[in-house]
Formats: sequence, structure tokens, C-alpha cells
Amino acid sequence: MSELKVTPMKPRAQSGEDSATGTAAGVAEQDSADRINPAELRQEHEQRQEHQRRSIEDVDRETLTRMLYQMILIRRFEEKSAEAYTLGKIGGFCHLYIGQEAVAVGSLSALRPDDYVMTSYRDHGHSLVKGTPADEVMAELFGKAGGCSAGKGGSMHLFDADNNFLGGHGIVGGQIPLATGVAFASKYRGTDQVTLCFFGEAAVNQGAFHESLNMAQLWKLPCIYICENNQYGMGTSLARAMSLQDVSQKARAYNMASEFVDGMDVLAVREATARAVERARRDSEPTLLEVRTYRFMGHSMSDPGNYRTRAEIEKYQERDPIKVFSDSLKQEGLIDDAAVADIEKRVRAEVEQALKFADESPEPAPEELFTHIYATPINK
Amino acid sequence: MATQVVMPKLSPTMEEGQLARWLKKEGDKVGVGEPLAEVDTDKATMEAQALATGVLRKILVAEGETVPLGAIIAIIGEPDEDISALLSQAESGEAAAANKRSIEDSVKAGGDGAQSELANVVPDGARTQATIQGQPLAGDVGGAPSNTYETAASAGQTPQPGGGAGDSGAARQSSGNGQSGAGAATGGSGGGGRLIVSPIAARMAAEAGINLQTLKGSGPGGRIIKRDIESAVATGAQQAQSQQQTQQTPAPAETPAQQPQQPAAPAVFQQPAVEGASPYTEVPVSTMRATIARRLVSSIGPVPHFFLTTEIEMDRAAELRRSLNELDPELKISINDLIIKVAAVALMQHPAVNASFQEKTIRHYQRADIGVAVAVEEGLITPVVRGAERKGIGQISREVRELAERARARRLKPEEYTGATFSISNLGMFGIDEFTAVINPPEGAILAVGAMQPKPVVREGEVVVRQIMRVTMSCDHRVIDGATGAKFLQTFKKILENPLYLMT
Amino acid sequence: MAVITMREALNQAMREEMQRDPDVFLMGEEVAAYQGAYKVSKGLLEEFGDKRVIDSPITELGFAGLGVGAAMVGLRPIIEFMTFNFSILATDQIVNSAAKMRYMSGGQFKIPIVFRGPNGSAFQVSSQHSQALESWYAHFPGLKVVMPSTPADAKGLLKSAIRDDDPVIFLEQERMYGNKGEVPDEPDFLIPLGLADVKREGKDATLIARSMTVPIALKAAEELEKQGVSVEVVDPRTIRPLDIETIINSVKKTNRVVVAEESHPFCGVGAEISAQIMERAFDYLDAPVKRVSGADAPMPYAKNLERLALPDVATLVAAVREVCYLD
Repeated sequence: MSELKVTPMKPRAQSGEDSATGTAAGVAEQDSADRINPAELRQEHEQRQEHQRRSIEDVDRETLTRMLYQMILIRRFEEKSAEAYTLGKIGGFCHLYIGQEAVAVGSLSALRPDDYVMTSYRDHGHSLVKGTPADEVMAELFGKAGGCSAGKGGSMHLFDADNNFLGGHGIVGGQIPLATGVAFASKYRGTDQVTLCFFGEAAVNQGAFHESLNMAQLWKLPCIYICENNQYGMGTSLARAMSLQDVSQKARAYNMASEFVDGMDVLAVREATARAVERARRDSEPTLLEVRTYRFMGHSMSDPGNYRTRAEIEKYQERDPIKVFSDSLKQEGLIDDAAVADIEKRVRAEVEQALKFADESPEPAPEELFTHIYATPINK
Repeated sequence: MATQVVMPKLSPTMEEGQLARWLKKEGDKVGVGEPLAEVDTDKATMEAQALATGVLRKILVAEGETVPLGAIIAIIGEPDEDISALLSQAESGEAAAANKRSIEDSVKAGGDGAQSELANVVPDGARTQATIQGQPLAGDVGGAPSNTYETAASAGQTPQPGGGAGDSGAARQSSGNGQSGAGAATGGSGGGGRLIVSPIAARMAAEAGINLQTLKGSGPGGRIIKRDIESAVATGAQQAQSQQQTQQTPAPAETPAQQPQQPAAPAVFQQPAVEGASPYTEVPVSTMRATIARRLVSSIGPVPHFFLTTEIEMDRAAELRRSLNELDPELKISINDLIIKVAAVALMQHPAVNASFQEKTIRHYQRADIGVAVAVEEGLITPVVRGAERKGIGQISREVRELAERARARRLKPEEYTGATFSISNLGMFGIDEFTAVINPPEGAILAVGAMQPKPVVREGEVVVRQIMRVTMSCDHRVIDGATGAKFLQTFKKILENPLYLMT
Repeated sequence: MAVITMREALNQAMREEMQRDPDVFLMGEEVAAYQGAYKVSKGLLEEFGDKRVIDSPITELGFAGLGVGAAMVGLRPIIEFMTFNFSILATDQIVNSAAKMRYMSGGQFKIPIVFRGPNGSAFQVSSQHSQALESWYAHFPGLKVVMPSTPADAKGLLKSAIRDDDPVIFLEQERMYGNKGEVPDEPDFLIPLGLADVKREGKDATLIARSMTVPIALKAAEELEKQGVSVEVVDPRTIRPLDIETIINSVKKTNRVVVAEESHPFCGVGAEISAQIMERAFDYLDAPVKRVSGADAPMPYAKNLERLALPDVATLVAAVREVCYLD
């Protein structure tokens, strides 16, 4: 133990060698992230597009168009959320999903409507894709009675029981045991519904993650754990917080299937999720997916993001999943610029309408303070 | 060096003591072992001795006041010494609480026989705190232990703030004559000045119209609690009621100030709450008297009655009445009018009977205000003849007739039927030989008068016929003892049998 | 009416509710094959199989959260904590998830779950295994907290808790599992949550006791009766929602109150009850409300110290006498 060298205060990217964690797979690429040269980045981009062009053949045009629409919807919705936040119309915490659109859109596109989705507090995108009307999501952010949680949850706690969207949860990792329980219920009742559970990579360090994966594999529960690895837990980079940074490897501790997925490729996410869904539905087996993604914005609207370099951000913007996907669709001749413009137009209309709805929706009535505390209140 | 004198622990169960009497006054020289004051404990009156030599600089507790164990009661020092620091300590109360603890500790350590060790309690840095040592006064009995003050809580027993006779702020110490502001001296504060009362007790008192200031709390630190109110309701100590009635009625034209009065004693009389009622003086109920009162109440009822009966030969009284009525047929004097006058005169000679029990004080009245029971349609009412001792029989007669008339017409004002000092109930006209009447609280006694009738009696060895009347006096034993009542009746009988005494 | 132990009463309640509703399942450490650490789940595995009676790993946060998730989509889990000391590991899921889900979703979900197990002291198990946590859970709106003191209450209340659509913290007491009492046989014997029970009527003082302190309070009341003091013993049975009306009615009658509890005094349920009495019945009090609580110290191991740390008949008798101004 005395040989162990630890440099906890500096990101590993700048600390040179680190004998304690240097053997972990996948670490080298992350460490040298800032040093990737443009040629490599171009190569990565081309490989991703090539994969998408191949995959497009397996998906019908309507689905592909809908996926692009959803990705753009999330992007524009979040941009307007940011604007509304700066105008003071949204309060508290507001965690944006910009840059991670491919994960929610890709994975949910592999589900049936009766499957369950549960996620963390970064939940706007998942909610919109699962079917919650943008009106209700925006109204919830505005704290209005017309919000999907009646104005009581806010940005972090979007819920939509009708669409089996089981919420955004505010305690890091807290939704992981819950989703495991939802999957337990499906198995208990003998339905073939599966549950998608999203969380950030920082949640992987919580006991809840490990306790849940252990139970899910032990009892073979149809739950798919999707780690959206955006490489920052709030302001702490993964390298400073996790001894074994290859999240997908952690499934091995529980003898669980796992995959590493390119989170900038919406179709790659869809395919990996589809494989996991089949495993869950057919064999009632859980899966851990590590989806590598990137947050373009700060952790939340109150986070200026000073801990990341400009070069870092710009580099990832070249990997913008929407740009990659729309380029692929154009290259395959499935859409043209006019079609993209039309999507943009419809999205803007939908978001404008959402803002209008949220603005006009009334505040919750004062008596709502004391409703929904108990399902069976005791009145004497 | 100046020293503080504290209320000493003079019995094993003592939690507080009543300063019965100062044996020294401010400015007197005192020496170690010299008696300073008499203290009523729960068991006996004890003499408290000085444990320092010097001059009694300041008396902080007035006679009649009850203070908790350890409270600072006086300061002894050199004649010109600055005692302001000690005074402010006394006011802060810290010293007193500490004293009490250390006294208790030392008693615990030494057992029951440790009282003499109290003398050694503890100098504390810059100052010396002298306690005083007690010896039972000759003739005083130890008595059965009373647990009344043994409630655990020293908490809440705030010591008296300072303030002697010369202290301008010490209004509640105005009790040079023992009738301090009832609130401070008698309130349920354990002597702290603030009334401490449990919420339910406050509520019950308000509902029953009881003035909390008149009660002594039996809870920790003198807190007035539920049972104190229950007991007060039972004894009918409802001063607030009469105050209320006063407020409801227009003030009579005649005020006490307009009635020049000849005090019966050099005492200063307190003005009553009821307009026109007798002024009075009050002396504190001694610890022993309080114990007697409590025990009697708990043994035979809220107002412990006892009864004294005597036979009175009425021939001369009847003769007097006849003569007076012959002098002036307008007079229409009744035997009862004579009885009222005689009772009033007798009461002046026996002030202990012209008194009422006020929980923490005994109230002695200046005048004999006689309540006369009058049967009315729906029951009974007792209009009051004020100052009957000073009024002529003719005037009494007129007043009684007038009051009775208005009583039957239900036109009496409240102040005309409340605030008597003594009552008379006469059922002679109904042929009743003898009966007992129930005291009208808070009066101390009531006289039940039977019919006057001829009876054979033995006089000088011979059987003769005399007009005989039997009277029975009901007495409140908390204020009147047997002998006290008997002596009054003796006088009453003597005068009535020889009405010429009225001329003396 | 059969005379059975508290343990059997709890077992009957779970058995009957599992027979009645296939959505009810039991999960916890050692509940199945071992038949329950305190044998409360004895025989349930045999009757209902391992699909419905599930031994969990020692993973309190995990299986508590699993239960809440299952309840979100309509199952009715009974989650057993081997003792409530271990529930401390699961408080995130109980407090942040179970208690809040309905509210923060604007009423879209109900969480019909029961967390049950022994709470409070046992026999010489020292500091980490002797904690009474009712004030923790009762603090949070969204949770219901139940503490039975007799076998009949245990059965009737647990059945109601299982049928209730809200998360219920059901606190048993290890020292009481062997206590016997009459329990009605009918399968629909239910005691509604939120209803206090006057366990003994009296007029001079009210002794408010729960769980383990109820039998102690009843003994103290017997002792006090011999001393001429008539004591009313009120058992709230449900801590949240608290049946304050029954308590206040008793206070208005007796004017004097002692609250007995084995938990620590600071910020405890006794403090809450005292405050509510003060707020609602101040004018009826003849003495300050007196609390008799477990010692404000971690539970020691030594037998004599453990005894000192807990309320007993003598301390309750003394407390009642104190509020009655008898000493």
C-alpha cells in the first residue's frame, strides 16, 4: 500500500503517468483527449458516418425522420429552456441535454410504448422522446399547473405515468434501485415489458448502482442500465473520480452483459439498445450499456463550465450527433436540405407553442401545497 | 466585611420560611449569636441568629413575607461600608439559588442533625455569606411534619428581590402594618413577585371569578395549580365577583372618604372593594394558621364550621323594647333590631370574630357590618346594615325595615347585600327553638336566633319563668377558635341580658 | 378469539394479506429459507413460494429502492428490515423516493409499500442495534408510521398497512414479539391507521405511550391506582398521522400529561406530542408536559446500564406523581 501514488487534486490528463490506474483499459484515449489531432477526428467522423449509412438500411424512413425530428426538438427545446432560465422563468436547477440527444432518441427508438423509462434529473430529453408533450414539459419547468407533474416536480422531476415515463430523480443513482424494482414487477407479473434506466457516469460510484446490478443479475430482471458517460460528474472529471474508468467493465463484477457504445451515433445507440432489449424481453437478462457522450453545456444552468477548455468543447461539437445523423441521411438521399428546414420549422413551432402554453398556464392553486401527499389521506 | 444573611434551613423539610418578626431594625448593632428575627417554618416558629458582627444595614424581607430557603433576607456590615455590590447580588437571585443548593448539600451530607453545620456554609471568594442558625423558641412544638412545601422543584422558586423600608421601589413592602399589596405578599409566586399559575388553573379561576392574587399556590415554586382553585371555589373566596359587581353598579353618593371614621385601633385600614363596605386591616396568615386551615378543610369540608349555642334570658331586652316603643310608637323596634345592635357592639369587643379567612391573610374589619337574613319569595338574601355598632337602635330598625322591603321587591343594589362582616339569621317568628345556620363566605361567623319563649329556669334556687331565647353561632374554624367564639357569645349574652351595657 | 403472540399475529396478517392479494410479496434478509431472523415470516415460503417470499442479499438501500420501484407500477411489497437500525442505509430510498414520489409527480403514482421490522432496543445488543427511529420517519410528510403495542393491534394495523396505498413504516419491537394477547380471528379484522386507542381510562393524568412503553405504562397505572392516582393510558398506535384529537380529549379531562418513549428525547415524537398539546390544550394543563424517554446516550452493552437507559415502571410512576404534584 505504501507504493500507491495518488494525485487526487489534479486531472489525470495533466498528471502524466499514474501507476495506480494506468492499467485500466480505455484510459489512454481519455487522457490524451485534448491532444487528438484533427486528422484523427476526421477519421472518427468518417467511420461514424460509414456506420450510420450501413445501419440506415435496416430502419424505415419514417422512423429515421422521426428520430431526427426528436433530436432537433430536444436541441431547440433545451436552447429555449436556457433562454427562459436566463429570463427567470425557470428556477432552481435546470440540467440541459444538449449534445446527448442521440442517447435518448437512439435508445428509446428501440422500445415498445409500454416499456418503462426512468432517468436522473437530466430528464427533459427522455421525457420528450417518451411522449410527454413539449407543452407539459415546458410548463413543468415554468412551475405551472399545466406541467406534467402539476408544477410540483420541476425540471428534475418530470413524470408521465400515461407514457410509462417514471421520472426524473434528483439523488444521484437513486433511480437505479427504483428501475430495478420496476423490472422486478414486470417479471413478477409475467409481462415482457423492459425497463430502461439512465444515469450519468458519476452515479456509478454510488452504492445504489452496485447493489442494483447485483440484484438484477441475481434475479435476472429485464432492466437495461444505460450509463450516459459525459465524462464529468458536475465539475469533477471522470479521471479524478473513478478508479476503473471503463464503466462497461463494471458489469463483469456482476456477471452481467455489457457493451460500450458510441453515444454520438444515434443508430449505434439504437442497435445496442435493441440487442439489450431482446435479451431482456426474451431471456429476462439485464444489460449494462456504457454510452460515451458529451455535454456541450455546463452541468446545469448555474454552471459556467470553467473547468473545461474551449478546445475540448469545440472538438466535440464537430462530433455533434445531430449534424452527423442529418449528414448521413442526406448522403443516403433520405432527406434534403428543404426537409431538414421543414423539420426545423415544425420544431420551432412546437417549442414556441410550448413556451406560450407554459407562459399562459396558471400557477398551481395555493391549496395544491397540501395535495398529493398521501393517496389515502386519513381524515378524522 | 459585609455579609449576606440568608433564610436558613431550620427544619429538615423546610423549603421556605415566613419572616414572622424582625428582632432588630436597620441600624441596630448585632453580634454573633444574637437573635435577628423570628421565622415561621412549616413546623414551628424559630429564632434566627446572626452569624456576623456589625450593623444590620439592610432588611430585604418584610415581616410576613415568605421566601425560599437561601434567599437573602438582610445584610450585615460596617456602618459606612459600601454594600451596593451585595445588594445587586441579592437582587440578581444568583446568590440565593447557590445558597439554597449548598445548604441542601450540606444538609444531605450531615443528615438531619446537621443544622448547626449550616453556620459553616461557605465563603465565596470576595464575599462571605453568613447563614443564620436557628433555635426553637421556648414552648413551640415541633408538630407533625407538613409536606406542603416539599415539592421537589427548587426551580421556579425565585428569591425576593431586595427592597427594604427605605427603598422607594418597594411598593409591595408597604406592609409595615402587615397588609402589603395582596399580590406580592400572597400571590402564588413563592415570593418572586410574579404570579405563577398553571394554564388550567388560570382558566378555572377566570371562569369562577376568583382573584388569583388571593391564592397561595401549592405547586412547585408556589405555582397555583388546579387543586388550589378547586379548594378556593369550595371556600367561596370569590373576591373578583364582588369587584365585578361594584363595577356594574353606579357609585353610591356616599364614599368612605366622606365618612369620617374613628379608627377602633391605631391600625391603618384598607379600603374595601365593595363601595360602602367596611375598611379592614389584614394580618398575614401564619404558617401554622395556614396548616390548620388546610387540614380542617380537608377533614370536614371547604368551610370548617363549628357551633356554639347559648340560652339568653330576654326579659330585660323585651322590657327595653317595650319601653322604647312606648316612647315613640313610630319606632316599631323589634327584638331582632336589638340583637343586631348588641351583636355589633359585642363584635367591636371581639375583633377576632369580626374577621374573615382570606387564604393567606386574616382580614379584621373596622366596622360591624351586619348581614340580616331576609326570606324572600325565591329564597334568602342578606341585606347589610353598615356600621351597626355606631347606629342607634331606631336607625337600625328603620334601615332593616327599609332594606327588607326592598329585598322582597328585589330592588337591592349589589353593594347592599354583599360585604357583610357578620350575619344574623332569625327564625324565631317561625317558632323555631334553635337551629344552625350556614356561614356566608367569606364571613367568619353567623348567628342563628331562635324563638323567644317563656321557660321555667332556676334562679337563686327557685324555679321561675323567664323569656328564654336560644342562639347558635356557626364559626369558620380557620379564623375563629372555640374559645374565641365562646368569649364573643359570652359578651353578647351579657349585654342582651343587661341592655344597660349599651350605655357604657 | 385466540390468544397468540405478537410474532404470530404479524405472521397471520402477512399470510392473510398474501392470500387475499397476489400483488403482495415479502422481501428482506433471511425472510424465506431461514423463516425470518425473528421467525415472523415462518411458513410463508412454504405457502407462497420463492417468487413471493424472497431472501435478499444484505443490500438495504438496493432492496428498499427495488420495493419502491415495484410499488410505483402497482405491486404491494412488504420490505422487512432485519432491524430498523439497518434501514438507516435505506433512508435515501424511503425518504427521497417513497415519501416524495406521489407529491413530486403531481399525484401520478401511489406507493403502496410497507417497510417493517423491529425498532428500538433488544437485549444487550449495544449502540448500533438498539435504536428507535420513529421520529426520523415520522418527520416526513408522505410516510405513515405505525407502532403497535399488542398482538391484536399488530395484526389489525399490519393488515391495514398492507392494504394502504401509501408507504407505511411499520415498527415492531423485538422485546415484544413473544407478548401474548387476544386477537380476533376474522380475516377482515382491520384497525384503521391514524386511530389512537385509550388502553386504560383514568382521570388524574394521561400517560401517552407507544410500542414497548405501553405495557410498562399499564403496569405503572396499576401501581398508581394503589396510590390513589387514576391514570389514563393513551396509545397513539399510528405516529403519523397522529390522532391528536384523542390525546387532546384525554388531556382536557386529566390536565396532566406524561409521554413515555424508549427513543432518545431530543427532537423525538414525545417532543412533538408535547408541542401539540401545548398548542392545542395549553389552557387545560395543570403542569408542564413531562417526557420520560430513553437516555440521551447511545445504548450501552452492560446490562445494568441498559436498564438505566430505558423507561421502566418506577420512572413512569415517579413522572406521573410529579405532574400530579404528589411528591
